[in-house]
Amino acid sequence: METNEYIDQLRDIRSIMDKSTRFLSLSGLSGVLAGVYALIGAIAVDMIIDRSKYPYVTLYSKEFKLICAIAAAVLVLSILTAYILSKGKSRKTGEKLWSSASKRLLVNFAIPLVTGGAFGISLLQTGHYGLIAPVTLIFYGLSLFQASKYTLESIRYLGMSFIALGLINCWFVGYGLYFWALGFGVFHIIYGSVMYFKLERNN
Amino acid sequence: MKAVIAHINKAFDHRIRLGIMSVLMVNEAVDFNRLKELLDVTDGNLASHIKALEAEEFILVTKQFIGKKPNTTYSATENGKLAFKNHLDALESLIRQSR
Repeated sequence: METNEYIDQLRDIRSIMDKSTRFLSLSGLSGVLAGVYALIGAIAVDMIIDRSKYPYVTLYSKEFKLICAIAAAVLVLSILTAYILSKGKSRKTGEKLWSSASKRLLVNFAIPLVTGGAFGISLLQTGHYGLIAPVTLIFYGLSLFQASKYTLESIRYLGMSFIALGLINCWFVGYGLYFWALGFGVFHIIYGSVMYFKLERNN
Repeated sequence: MKAVIAHINKAFDHRIRLGIMSVLMVNEAVDFNRLKELLDVTDGNLASHIKALEAEEFILVTKQFIGKKPNTTYSATENGKLAFKNHLDALESLIRQSR
């Protein structure tokens, strides 16, 4: 009898420790949707490059601006989706969306990510185009890896997959779009659906 | 068995006190509202348990101002962390013994 009570107490302690340090209402479905947006974006970019009159897309061309617009749209849509779905999930779980746990998650995710973004822009300006895709993949992976301490722990594995993919891409310069599609598209969809079926469907 | 029970700390013998200590073991400092929200308790209830833990010198209360707003944060003392750890170890060995 009493033993069960102690086991319950230990379980409570564990759950309170988790709840107070990790933001657990991240929605797996938002990962799937972000992956779908990324794949659609990648297909669109591929078509633009195919149709362009020149074999290379230059920085000041119409095509390049369009590609940037597509990338920005994918990013904004993904963030918006993650926000809306996590808000819905947090309402169900009773966890507050804006708490010290979620703030910590955002800060720890954003610092490596913004660093990678700035690095990517400098690569673009200095003409190291081939390294942009690997660098963004690696830094995104590092962001996820870092963020995993403050949210669902299994995001760690997604982070490691991105880091590995980015590193491999370093030796396949010129195929960045395909590596991006594989990472931001396929990896997100696979990981998001695993999370969704594991954690959300039953509840 | 008796030796183990001696380590079960009376000061932690309540769900809310266990909760407060659990939060403070893994967070450097936490304010009143965050504790309230995590443990899902009323103001008065939380305040009285905080007072009990403070009296044991297991937690440290820090009062400061953010602008004009008073802000009180709580953190676990070294003593409190040690006592809580011993309490957890005792719980664990009680469970193990009864299996």
